[in-house]
Amino acid sequence: MTATAATSARTGSDAAAGQPGRRPRLWRNPWRHAVFLEGFTWLYLIWSIVPIGLAVLFSFNNGKSQSTWQGFSWRWYYSDPVNSVLHDPQLHAAVITTIRLSVYTTVIAVPIGVAFALGINRWRGITSASFNFVMILSFVIPELIFGVAMFLLFTVLFKTVGLGTLAETLGLVTWNVSWPAIIVQARLVTLGRQYEEAAADLGATQMRTMRKVMLPLLAPAIFASAVLVFSSVIDDFVIVDLLNSNASNTPMSVYIYSQQHGGNGGPALNALGTIMLVMSFVIAILGYIGYRWMTRGERGDRNAALTTIAGA
Amino acid sequence: VTARSGRLARRRAAAREPNRLFWAALAAPGIIWLAVLFIVPFYVVLAIAAGRLNELFGTPIAVWNPLQWSTANLAAVWHTIVGKGAYVGPDIVRTIVYTAIASLLCLLIGYPAAYFVARFAGRRKALFLVLLIAPFWISYMMRMLAWIDLLQTDGYVNQVLMDLHVISSPVDWLGGMHVTVILGLVYGYIPYMILVLYAGLDRIDGSLLEAGRDLGLGRLRTFLRVTLPLSRQTILTGMLITVLPMLGDYFTNQLLSGTTGTAMLGNDIDGDLSTPAFLGQGAVLSLLLLLVLIVPMIYYVVATNRSSREAA
Repeated sequence: MTATAATSARTGSDAAAGQPGRRPRLWRNPWRHAVFLEGFTWLYLIWSIVPIGLAVLFSFNNGKSQSTWQGFSWRWYYSDPVNSVLHDPQLHAAVITTIRLSVYTTVIAVPIGVAFALGINRWRGITSASFNFVMILSFVIPELIFGVAMFLLFTVLFKTVGLGTLAETLGLVTWNVSWPAIIVQARLVTLGRQYEEAAADLGATQMRTMRKVMLPLLAPAIFASAVLVFSSVIDDFVIVDLLNSNASNTPMSVYIYSQQHGGNGGPALNALGTIMLVMSFVIAILGYIGYRWMTRGERGDRNAALTTIAGA
Repeated sequence: VTARSGRLARRRAAAREPNRLFWAALAAPGIIWLAVLFIVPFYVVLAIAAGRLNELFGTPIAVWNPLQWSTANLAAVWHTIVGKGAYVGPDIVRTIVYTAIASLLCLLIGYPAAYFVARFAGRRKALFLVLLIAPFWISYMMRMLAWIDLLQTDGYVNQVLMDLHVISSPVDWLGGMHVTVILGLVYGYIPYMILVLYAGLDRIDGSLLEAGRDLGLGRLRTFLRVTLPLSRQTILTGMLITVLPMLGDYFTNQLLSGTTGTAMLGNDIDGDLSTPAFLGQGAVLSLLLLLVLIVPMIYYVVATNRSSREAA
């Protein structure tokens, strides 16, 4: 009772009314369910997800319209002999290009980034500190500024590289190498030095410690960063937009952009977007399952795994 | 015993301070990569920004020697920013206004949603988290494509608004409206903001809030006096993570409007790249943008470093 009296004295309005019991009990309970906040959150989620759901739905529309449903069909995926993703050579090439760039970038960026993280974290000095800073700058710099620098590099200085798949891959690796570098460093910080010291006490050499102790311990972080690199290349736009040269190296995001601006590109684009979406989701789900499996027996729940796989 | 512990101590020391060459060798590929493909490119940008123009072919000439740098491009850009007939100036003002409104909206929409999921979602947290993270995995282009479908003159937005008698005739949403572009930016970048806000709010120690309650604060006051001050850092990081890419955005307004009436700085930079004679000006503009953003970028790096150290 005294606590309630003190509460109302502090909150003012009740004290002024002089009747602490006026307000409904539910309202006074500080741990009551947040009805308004939950409603707001659901509205936000509807706003963020329903438009995409509709776009996916209309990729299955048996007609060109984006607003009138004319029945379900696979027309824009494969059955239309001309305009479907399967049969239109440009749409087809865009899918292949995206997958190819994702694979190249992941295969190159992850080993470089992991080795960089290990080296930088243990080799203390001005060189390592400044390159760590450069790496983090590459993580936060607006993509357009970086893209302009890459464009000028390959059109003015390294003209032999030129624009195209090689330039795109080099640009994407540079842009994404910070994922493994940052995530692995964070994992190294939480692991501490005790495992390495134990291995050294037991007589393991540096190489052996690395292979038998550190790499297995770092595996979840390496895996998570590979997932993030792969999926961020699927979704990347600015770098590939500036560095592509022709239809054979134009990925899905750039193709959608080039067809869509200035008009309606038709439902085959929705089909292409849906394919991108499914690819990303498959990667995300596999990533989540893989990460949970690798970190089984560790502290940390599924929510932590979810945010890790999203890069938070 | 002393001899043995001495040997152990030496081995331990060796593990802690092993041959630096090993770590340097691990970091080397990453360092070389960043030097050649991140630092050199910005020198190229500088050399072109401060370079000359080949009058005959209308192509830029990079000047590598800093002693011979000219300010011709800088002067040319200056005249496009201020004075009569300046066309970049208004775009810069528009970029600042759009970005300010859009990032503020991101915060106003994102904070309650992130707050709800971090604090009140309870056992359904994973479900909400998945829904919040989902847009993060959907390509930016697909998400814009969804809105382009909805905003067509015969699209669902017009249909619903006309059914509700908000408007009497279809609105040309994609014909260069400020509202469309700003909401497009909000829609595009809000997932990043929410993820940062969620991670920050989730870290706040629940016992601090309980303490606030125990000391007699109501729900609103606990929020204002405890949660909000504790999340100031998170808000700032979240704002930065949306502001930085928005300032370099050129595709959102190109897709959702495509008219010069809504052009942003990014469009000027992107446009400059397609004409060789304007490469110098594009280089100057992107360097100026970088110059303005370098302080917030470094702030972001320092702030996230600090919070990750605290988390560890």
